[in-house]
Amino acid sequence: MSLLKVTIDNLDVEVEPGTTILNAARKIGGRVVPPAMCYYSGLKGTGGKCRTCLVKVSKSSATDPRPMPKLVPSCSTIVQDGMIVQNITSPEVLEARKHIVEILLINHPLDCPICDQAGECDLQNLSYKHGLADTRYEFERRTFEKIDIGRFIQLHMTRCILCYRCVYLADQLTDKRVHGVLFRGDNSEISTFIENVVENDFSGNVIDVCPVGALTDKTFRFKSRVWFTKPYDAHRNCEKCEGKAVLWMSGTDVLRVTGRKNEFGEVEDFICNECRFEKKNTDDWILEGPRNISHSSVISQNLYELINEPPKEPPFNKKD
Amino acid sequence: MSLRILTENIDIPELTSFEVYRKLGGYRSVEKSLKTMSPSGVMEEVKKSTLRGRGGAGFPTGMKWSFLARGIGKPHYLICNADESEPGTFKDRYLMERNPHLLIDGMITSAFALEANTAYIYVRGELFRVLRILEKAIGEAYANGFLGKNILGSGYSLDIFCHPGAGAYICGEETALIESVEGKRGNPRIKPPFPAIAGLWDCPTVVNNVETLASVPWIINNGGEEYAKIGVWKSTGTKLMSACGHISKPGVYEVKMGLPVEEFIYSEEYCGGIRKGNKLKAVIAGGSSVPILPADLILKTAAGEPRLITYESLSEGGFETGTMLGSGGFIVMDNTTCIVKNLWNFTRFYRHESCGQCSPCREGTGWMEKVLYGIENGEGKMPDIDLLEDVAKNIEGHTICPLGDAAAWPVRSAIRHFRSEFEEHVKLKKCPF
Amino acid sequence: METDQHKQIPFNDETLAMVNRIIGRYPEGRQKSALIPLLHIAQAEAGGWLSPETMDYVASLLKIKPIEVYEVATFYTMFNLKPVGNCTIEVCRTGPCWLNGAEEIVSHLEKKLHIRVGETTSDGKFTLKTVECLAACGNAPVIQVGTAYHENMTTESVDLLLDEWREETSPSYQNPYK
Repeated sequence: MSLLKVTIDNLDVEVEPGTTILNAARKIGGRVVPPAMCYYSGLKGTGGKCRTCLVKVSKSSATDPRPMPKLVPSCSTIVQDGMIVQNITSPEVLEARKHIVEILLINHPLDCPICDQAGECDLQNLSYKHGLADTRYEFERRTFEKIDIGRFIQLHMTRCILCYRCVYLADQLTDKRVHGVLFRGDNSEISTFIENVVENDFSGNVIDVCPVGALTDKTFRFKSRVWFTKPYDAHRNCEKCEGKAVLWMSGTDVLRVTGRKNEFGEVEDFICNECRFEKKNTDDWILEGPRNISHSSVISQNLYELINEPPKEPPFNKKD
Repeated sequence: MSLRILTENIDIPELTSFEVYRKLGGYRSVEKSLKTMSPSGVMEEVKKSTLRGRGGAGFPTGMKWSFLARGIGKPHYLICNADESEPGTFKDRYLMERNPHLLIDGMITSAFALEANTAYIYVRGELFRVLRILEKAIGEAYANGFLGKNILGSGYSLDIFCHPGAGAYICGEETALIESVEGKRGNPRIKPPFPAIAGLWDCPTVVNNVETLASVPWIINNGGEEYAKIGVWKSTGTKLMSACGHISKPGVYEVKMGLPVEEFIYSEEYCGGIRKGNKLKAVIAGGSSVPILPADLILKTAAGEPRLITYESLSEGGFETGTMLGSGGFIVMDNTTCIVKNLWNFTRFYRHESCGQCSPCREGTGWMEKVLYGIENGEGKMPDIDLLEDVAKNIEGHTICPLGDAAAWPVRSAIRHFRSEFEEHVKLKKCPF
Repeated sequence: METDQHKQIPFNDETLAMVNRIIGRYPEGRQKSALIPLLHIAQAEAGGWLSPETMDYVASLLKIKPIEVYEVATFYTMFNLKPVGNCTIEVCRTGPCWLNGAEEIVSHLEKKLHIRVGETTSDGKFTLKTVECLAACGNAPVIQVGTAYHENMTTESVDLLLDEWREETSPSYQNPYK
C-alpha cells in the first residue's frame, strides 16, 4: 500500500494508511509531538478523553482542501494523504491546550512535594510545558481517601485525571477486571466499588500506565525521590513475562522495578508482578547498563521549555 | 386552521388502540411501501421531503439514511431515540403516549428503507409508563401482521423492541445511546466512525428521533414533494413545539414551519400570551442548550425581520443575535425571572448530566456551576463574569460530544444579552429578584 | 426493613422467565444489553435499591463481571445504591419546573417529612430525591413516584398526595415490566 504524506508544523512525514495524526507526529519526533495524557498505543480503545492532544487540521486532504471546523484529538484522528496539521504553530491549539491543563489541574491536589510520581509525572511535565503559572480556580478541590488495591498498589484517587488507561489495561491484560470508572461527571472515580483487590500477575502495570501519581508502587513508597535513583536496564528469565525491566537503584539496592518506557513514556513490554514487586535483589537480574532517561523526567530538570506561543522561526529541524 | 400531520387525531380517545388507529387510516404507509415500493424508493421520498432530524441537530434525514453502510455483510439496525430529556422538551412523550402506533408505523417504513430487520426504541427510564404503552402497541402490530416475519406477505421481516434507559440525559446523544443499548455506561463514542458505519454492536445503525420517524408515514402516503411544499426554505413540514414557562397555555403544539414566533407566543391558538399579563423577558427557543434570546431578538431578527419558527430564521444572526430551533423546547420567561439564577439551574443540570469522560466538560461544567452559584448568592466578583465566559469558551468545541457545547452556549448567550444583570448581582452582593 | 430487602432475590421462576424474554431481544452473545432492564427489575424486586449482592446476582444472570454492573448502576441516576423508603418521591428540579415553583415544593416536602433531599425518614416510609428534567415541563412542577407522574403540583396538592402515600403499603418501586 502506498504511503500517505502528512505535514505537521511544516514538517513532512510519510506514514501507513490508518495512522493517527499523533503517531505521524511521533514519527517526526521532537517538539511537534502533541502531549497525550490518556492515549496509550499498547492499549486498544484509549485516547480521545483528556483533549491535551487537540490539533488544528488546516487542510483535510489533497482532495478536500477544507480545514476541519474544530480542533481534533490527534490521537484518534486518522491522517489523509495531503493533510496539513498545525500543532505548536497554531496559537489556537496552544491556547486551548493551556486551558485543558488548567482544567486538569483544578481538581488535582498539586501535592508534588509528597508524591512519588514527581519527577516522572506526565501531568507535571505537561503543566511546565503548556500550563499557566496561576490558577483561576478558587473552590475546594475534590478529595478521596487513599485505598490499597492489593498488597502492592495504592490508589490515590485525589490525583487521578480519569484517563481510563488502568481500566483498559485490566481489561486487556487480564480476564478478571475488578476495578473500573464508577459514578459520572465530576463525581467519576476509579474504584472497585466493593472492597476488592486488584490481584493478578499483571496488575502492577497499572502503575506504569498511570500518567500521574494516582496508582503507585507501595514497595517504593517514600523510599526515595525518583531523581536520586539510578536507572539500569536489566533482564531476567521469567516464565510469565519477557523479563525486560528497569531497576531504579540507590547504590546496590534495588528500590523499584518498572517496565521500560519509550521516549513517549509508554511501556512496550509489560512486566509481571513477580518481576516488579518481588525481585528486589541485583542477583535476581542481569544488568545491561545505565538507562538513558528520556526527556520526560525531572532527572532532566530545568530543561523544560515553555511552549505557550508559536515558535518564532518555523520550520524547525527534526528532533530539535 | 393549522395543518396537522402528527397530531391529526391526537384528541381521539382510544387512538392508542390498533383498531382505532387503523380505522383512521393508519399503517397505510407500511402497506404502500412494503407492497409497492423498494427500500431505495422509500428513501428517495424521504430525501425529497427534505425532512430534517427533529431531535435537535436538524440534519437531513434522507441524507443520514444514505450514509448507512450497506452490503458489508452485517445486519443493519434502526434505533428510535425516545430518550427525550432536553429541558423544556416534552413533545415525544406526548406523541408516544397518545399515538404510539404512528411511531411504529413510521419505524416499520423507515426500517424497510434501511433494510433493517431489528429496531429498538430507546425510551428514557423515567417513562416506563410510556414504554408499556409502546409495548402494548407493538404487541398489537405483531398480532395484526404488521410486525414479525414476512410482514403483509411482502417477504420483509421486522422485530421492534423497547429498551429502557435509567436516568441519563447524555444517552440522547446517539453514540451514548448505542453504548447504553449495549448495556454500558452512557459514554459518547469518539467519532468517526459514525453509527452509519459502525454503530450498535459495530453494525451499521441509524438513530432517529421519535418525531422524525413519526413524520415518515405522511411523507410516504402523500409523497415527499407534498411534504416539501409545507413550510419555508429548507425547513419543511411541521414541527412539534413544546411550550412551557411563563405562558398562559403551556403544551405541545404542531406548527407549520414558518409560523412567526410572535404569533406562537401571543395567539390564543398557541401559547396564549404571557401569564398574569406580565411582560416577556426572554425565550430559550429550542431546549435548554440553545442560546437564550431577549424579548426583542426573539420576536424580530437584528435586521428587523419577524422571527419565524424555522431552522434558518431562528439562527439568523448567528450566535451574536440568533439562536437555534433545536428540539422545539420553547421556554418562555417573564419579567419576574432572574436570568442568573435560571442559568445557574441549567448549568447545574449540565454538570449533573456530564458523563465525565472528557476533561473540559467534566471539570468545566462544575467550575461554571460554582461560579454561577457564587454570583447568584452574592459572593461573586466582577472578574467572575469574564472568567465564566472564558471557561465556557474553552469547553465549547473541545469536547467529545455536543454536551460540552450545550453547557457552554447558555452561559455565553446569557452573558452576551444580560451582562448587566450579572453585574447587578455582583454590585448588590445579592440577587435583585 | 432489612429482612425485606432481598425478598425476591434470587428471582422466582416467573421473573426468570421474564428475564429470559428480555435477553432474547438481543442477538446471541449480546446478553449484556439486557443489563439496564434487568437492573430495573432487580431494584424493584429487592425493595427499591441495588445492594452489591443484588448486582452480583444480576452479573451472574448475564454472565458478566460484577464490575461491569457496578459501572453501569453508578452511572444512571434511577438506580439507588442505598436503601430507600417505601415511597420514593422524586421532584424535578430543572429549569421549567424551577420557574414554576419546584424549589418551593422541595422545601415544603423537606419541612413536612423532616428530612433533607437524599434522605429517608426514620420510619422508613419516605425517601426524598430531586431529579433532572422529566419531560413534563408543560405541567410543571412535576413529581414522580414509581412510574407515575404527578403534574401541576402545588403545596396543597402535595399535602393531599402525602396523605395517600402514607397509607400506601406497597412500595413505589414495582417491577416495571409487570
